[in-house]
Amino acid sequence: MNFDYAQLFSAAIPETVVVITAFLALLVDFIFLRNLPARTRTSLLATVTAVGCLSAIAWMGVSHSTYRLDDAIFVVNPMTQLVKQIILALTIFTAFISVQTNFTRHLGEYFILLLLASAGMMFLVSAENILAIFLALELLSLSLYVLTAFNKQSVFSAEAALKYFLFGGMSAAFTLFGLSLIYGVTGEMNLTAIAAKLAGKTTDPLFYVALVMTVIGFGFKVAAAPFHMWAPDAYQGSPTPVTSFIAAGSKVASFFILAKILFTGFAGAEGDAGWHHYISGWTPVLAILAALSVIIGNLAAISQKSVKRLLAYSAIAHGGYALLGILTADQKGFASLIYYVTTYALTVIGAFGVVAVVENYGGDKLSDFAGLSRRAPILSACMMVFMLSLAGIPPLAGFFGKFYVFTSAIQLGAKSLGLLWLVILAIAMSAVSLYYYLQVLKQIYVVDASDKTTVSVALPTQFVIVALAIAVVVLGCVPNLLVGKILAALSLG
Amino acid sequence: MLAWTVYSSFIGAAVVALMPSKSIRAVRATALLTATIGLLLAFAGIVQHTPGQLATITKLNWIPQLGISFHFAADGISLTLVLLTGIAAVCGILFSWNIEHRVKEFFAFYLALIGGVYGVFISFDLFLLFVFYEIAIVPKYFLIAIWGSTRREYGAMKLALYSFIGSAMVLVGIISAYVVAGGKTFDLIELAQFPFPEAFQFWAFPLVFIGFAILAGLWPFHTWAPTGHVAAPTAASMLLAGVVMKLGAYGALRVAMTLFPLGLAAWRDVIALLAVIGIVYGATVALVQRDFKFVIGYSSVSHMGFVLLGLMTLSQIGLSGAVLQMFSHGIIAGLLFGVVGRMVYERAHTRELALLQGMNLSKAIPFAAVTFIIGGVASMGLPGFSGFIAELQVLIGAWQTFPGFAILAGVGILIGVAYTLRAIIKGFFSENEIVSTAHSEPLAPISMPERLGAAILIVTTLVVGIYPRLLLDIISPSWNSELMQHLVKGGAQ
Repeated sequence: MNFDYAQLFSAAIPETVVVITAFLALLVDFIFLRNLPARTRTSLLATVTAVGCLSAIAWMGVSHSTYRLDDAIFVVNPMTQLVKQIILALTIFTAFISVQTNFTRHLGEYFILLLLASAGMMFLVSAENILAIFLALELLSLSLYVLTAFNKQSVFSAEAALKYFLFGGMSAAFTLFGLSLIYGVTGEMNLTAIAAKLAGKTTDPLFYVALVMTVIGFGFKVAAAPFHMWAPDAYQGSPTPVTSFIAAGSKVASFFILAKILFTGFAGAEGDAGWHHYISGWTPVLAILAALSVIIGNLAAISQKSVKRLLAYSAIAHGGYALLGILTADQKGFASLIYYVTTYALTVIGAFGVVAVVENYGGDKLSDFAGLSRRAPILSACMMVFMLSLAGIPPLAGFFGKFYVFTSAIQLGAKSLGLLWLVILAIAMSAVSLYYYLQVLKQIYVVDASDKTTVSVALPTQFVIVALAIAVVVLGCVPNLLVGKILAALSLG
Repeated sequence: MLAWTVYSSFIGAAVVALMPSKSIRAVRATALLTATIGLLLAFAGIVQHTPGQLATITKLNWIPQLGISFHFAADGISLTLVLLTGIAAVCGILFSWNIEHRVKEFFAFYLALIGGVYGVFISFDLFLLFVFYEIAIVPKYFLIAIWGSTRREYGAMKLALYSFIGSAMVLVGIISAYVVAGGKTFDLIELAQFPFPEAFQFWAFPLVFIGFAILAGLWPFHTWAPTGHVAAPTAASMLLAGVVMKLGAYGALRVAMTLFPLGLAAWRDVIALLAVIGIVYGATVALVQRDFKFVIGYSSVSHMGFVLLGLMTLSQIGLSGAVLQMFSHGIIAGLLFGVVGRMVYERAHTRELALLQGMNLSKAIPFAAVTFIIGGVASMGLPGFSGFIAELQVLIGAWQTFPGFAILAGVGILIGVAYTLRAIIKGFFSENEIVSTAHSEPLAPISMPERLGAAILIVTTLVVGIYPRLLLDIISPSWNSELMQHLVKGGAQ
């Protein structure tokens, strides 16, 4: 085997940069920043993170190489680079939101874990080999488990981490079991080769066991009902920036890889989830997860008193909508999925950013948001944008995301409108969701504050939140900015 | 140029939102200026309009991947409603001149709502129309929840959820129509040429029609209307009854009836029946209300029934009557809500008819009494006012197709006379002079903006009532355009 390390290195430069930045952050913190006040320290470390991530993003912007390591362990093409850029942007936002919070003294460790998790996501995005996928997934997950537990003063943080870890471990077991069965059935690790070997074998019961196991494993990862139990506790207990990272970055990467496994690895085993058109395969399984997620997520969110928990259930519901994009099993649906999870990630980081600010003045209960519009008008306006975008009100990005996903889902089997049942369910549930998002906005705008002090926001955090709100508005008004990029990357890749 | 009605409203909303909240006078002036510009543009649009023409204003590719264009156009129907919006917007601001609480936010939401409404009336791309339709939902919620009165949060939430559920139904219909027509375009004019299969139209028509008609107060989906109107602050109830209910009727006409003629034929009788029930039910319930505003709220349901009945006649005279009735009811309901909400309630601090009866308001604020009587007789359908000619046309149209329903609708008019007279007597005239003297506190005189607002509305209804051809000359030829002509032809069969 003739192996060119220079080529591999040049393909993996972005990952290398991120990993180096991770160690650099730790080092800088140890050597120079120990004695500075916490907020300055966090700001500086966030800047280091941003510089590292931005240079990786810029590198991916200029170099258009494609690369494929033997057995698809590491694949680089325009699509993977686009998703990695998105993930790094999300990392930068998360880093700056961390400035607002004050949950730990171990900032160097916090940032190294954040960046290693990002590196894990990047490797995950580039993996088309079941072994590499599993390794990258573990790198990502282990970093996130530790990050979840990072607030040592809070019992809930420990509880969240333990729950996340136990569920995550179990889901890893399911995934591994599923993937090993697939290897057993096909003798291949590479997704394309697996699909080729599976052709014609899709009646093998062992394959179905493998399929279901894999989907369950990833169902945990993306918090799709009924495998969502960990999410509310983990979201609520984690330090808020970590929550936003789990909800945003990790979700983009997980959905991307789930779609890739199903589209590439299980190509030919789609089946049909259409009304009266049922054919067994992976789409019916996902259709059930999607339906359960939108129902359980939206209904459970209604009764929540904690905004973080409310956003956790809303995340489950949004996972359901995103699954609709995968269900289409075609490029168009894939584009809608990427647009959807990206805009969702931007919105949810912003929303958690606002929560992080409000938390400093009490907690994350709905009532802690009372009268925020008079205490922090700009922040409230941004929160309005985020909540309405999550509810799917035009002209915000969340609306176009849903619209795009629904349109691609219905287009599947245009004549029979096969998935219409699921789209109707999703749209109906999205009407329900307006209720609880308005509950948050009602507290902010309608209810009078008991505490009238002005809310002070760290400048970088404020800047990031406003930038995210603007991004959500702009991507909603001109979706082409992103859709065009995704479609171009798909046709190239 | 008409597109600037939309842009200027949103720009005005943004400008108002960015003004310092202390400068109340500047905020009011800006809002009034913005609304006046909108009204002048509407006039200019009517002057320039060639009757019978469907004139394109702007058509740009917006999201070409999905066939979505930024398509503004206008025919006589659009222009009539744009003019109505302009008048209602100006008068609404005049009637809320005295608002002191969070003035800046009030007018920002108000202008955003107006911008959304203008947008719906001139959008000829389904996606664009839907975007504006939903943009109008959110400001309504805040206008009612923050500045409203009786059970404001309940009324606001009910209105928001009803609107959102309606628009969810519309969304399902729109996306399915797009997919069934081949997934190439959302343009209304292009989609209207596609022969949708009858089986599809059979379920898509009621879905979209009722989705829109919820906002038009179609019985039995009208229950948001009285509670919403009562809870809303004066300007918002003027807009709700004056313009927002027309959004529903307009959408039902422009989208559901235009795209799905076969579905329309199948469901026509059912909807006409619901409309007539609405007319009689609304009037009957208005007859026994204790709260002054509820009387007008239910009367709106009744009058909107005429609009829907007129639409179902599918004859030139009935359809024109329906559109004229939209205009007329917008003006008259605005006037009545202005009197009750602003002139009476904010001086007497009650809307209980029983209490008002004791106050003998015709002596205390004669201007309000005279205005209400004028509005009342206009609402009853007295010749010389716009309501007469509109309802007469609807009845003539209905007589040709549904004679039985026409008779019932006539009964509805009679009940209308009864509840209006009851409201006039109970609201303004005391039987017992002694009770009235007990009310010693003098009421504030009617202010200049109120007089001006009332005068504009009275003059409009009189001018249109005396010379209805002003509007009918631009409405009637609209039915001959390529887009709408099948409606009239369908009626001739």
